[in-house]
Amino acid sequence: MSDFTFWVIFSNLLLALRWTIALSLVAFVCGGAVGLLMLFARVSKIGWLEALTRGYIEFFQGTPLLMQLFLLFFGLALFGLEVSPWLAATLALTLWTSAFISEIWRGCVESISRGQWEASSSLAMTYIEQMRYVILPQALRIAVAPTVGFSVQVVKGTALASVIGFVELTKAGTMLNNATFRPFLVYSLVALMYFALCFPLSFFAKKLEGRLNAAR
Amino acid sequence: MPLVDIRDVRKSYGAVEVLKGVSLDIAQGDVAAIIGRSGSGKSTLLRCINGLETYQSGSICVDGVEVAGEKTNLRELRRNVGMVFQQFNLFPHLTAAQNVTLAPKVVNKTGETQAMDLAKEMLAKVGLSDKAGNYPSQLSGGQQQRVAIARALAMRPKVLLCDEITSALDPELVNEVLRVVERLAKEGITLILVTHEMRFARDVGTKLVFMHAGKAHEEGPPKALFDAPRTPELRQFIGAPA
Repeated sequence: MSDFTFWVIFSNLLLALRWTIALSLVAFVCGGAVGLLMLFARVSKIGWLEALTRGYIEFFQGTPLLMQLFLLFFGLALFGLEVSPWLAATLALTLWTSAFISEIWRGCVESISRGQWEASSSLAMTYIEQMRYVILPQALRIAVAPTVGFSVQVVKGTALASVIGFVELTKAGTMLNNATFRPFLVYSLVALMYFALCFPLSFFAKKLEGRLNAAR
Repeated sequence: MPLVDIRDVRKSYGAVEVLKGVSLDIAQGDVAAIIGRSGSGKSTLLRCINGLETYQSGSICVDGVEVAGEKTNLRELRRNVGMVFQQFNLFPHLTAAQNVTLAPKVVNKTGETQAMDLAKEMLAKVGLSDKAGNYPSQLSGGQQQRVAIARALAMRPKVLLCDEITSALDPELVNEVLRVVERLAKEGITLILVTHEMRFARDVGTKLVFMHAGKAHEEGPPKALFDAPRTPELRQFIGAPA
């Protein structure tokens, strides 16, 4: 038992933290990319495409992330697809992130006044050109702060990947606790590390919000 | 053939019929002022001309092209029809010069140097050469509206639609915008203005259209109509003695 000094615990958690960061980054980047596609589909004014994306978004917003993880991890196995915990976690988090982020961005796009659409229409611009040159540049400014803010949710969401056996920060904490029986120390450290990741993000989001609002 | 030919246009929002069979033609070089009470359908009519609003029946032809035609390329049509709005609708993330050059660059594929010349020319036309690098938020309402006019002119439209372009301005800023429009009228640009500026309609307009209850109720030369309105509705609207 005394083999597990504080530094052993700490360094093992740090090693696992790398996976939390990796999972967060991949989920955020892929989720952002898929979310952008969802956004275009959602505001496309093409009926069936909008309905389809709305269904997708409702599903991923209306069910717990944990269920989504289980469904992907165990569900795909039923079809004979061998899914590793890493792949299942990345997939689930990507889909989940895309659903939320596309809704955040849709709100930003729709906050741009109708006059901007009408003015650019009157100048003979096509839908894609309007989006590219008029709407998105303005929506992007508004979107930065809530997007960075949402990344905090993604980081915390990665903790759920522990239940399908993916060894990230939370799973490592559980394993270390099982070996050391020092839950308070271990989970305090785990919490601190999450906080160290999330606090700068939310602080940065607040900063950005203030700055971009002032510039408008 | 008139440049803008409006024939028996009808439009309803649900059960409310806003345009009840409007017919109107506007010739090349006309400065047509559309006046009338709010709710008489004048803005709606204007917005139908460049396809911002659709209509249920009748026809609007601009330079021989039917706006709502099935084969009509709305993009081509809109290159010929400029529009200036009551609320300016400048692009707030772009400078005055960039506002002017965006559509020429994107739609007409105008090159960078040509676009810069275009911005200079158009901003000079509205008297804002020194504001090229300013963002809309750094300009007064009157200056913003002049940039909006320059932006519309940069596409070299055959007709310019102005939808109550001075109604959102403080009174002391109205004149600078009207002077620009007057200069354009003298240059021979075809203008269709929805306006509440009666003096301006009378002095600068070549044609006056009084919209009432969804129809072009009365039209003719502005001075004649103002001096001797034929219908009681127009007489009442301009406050002329009966």
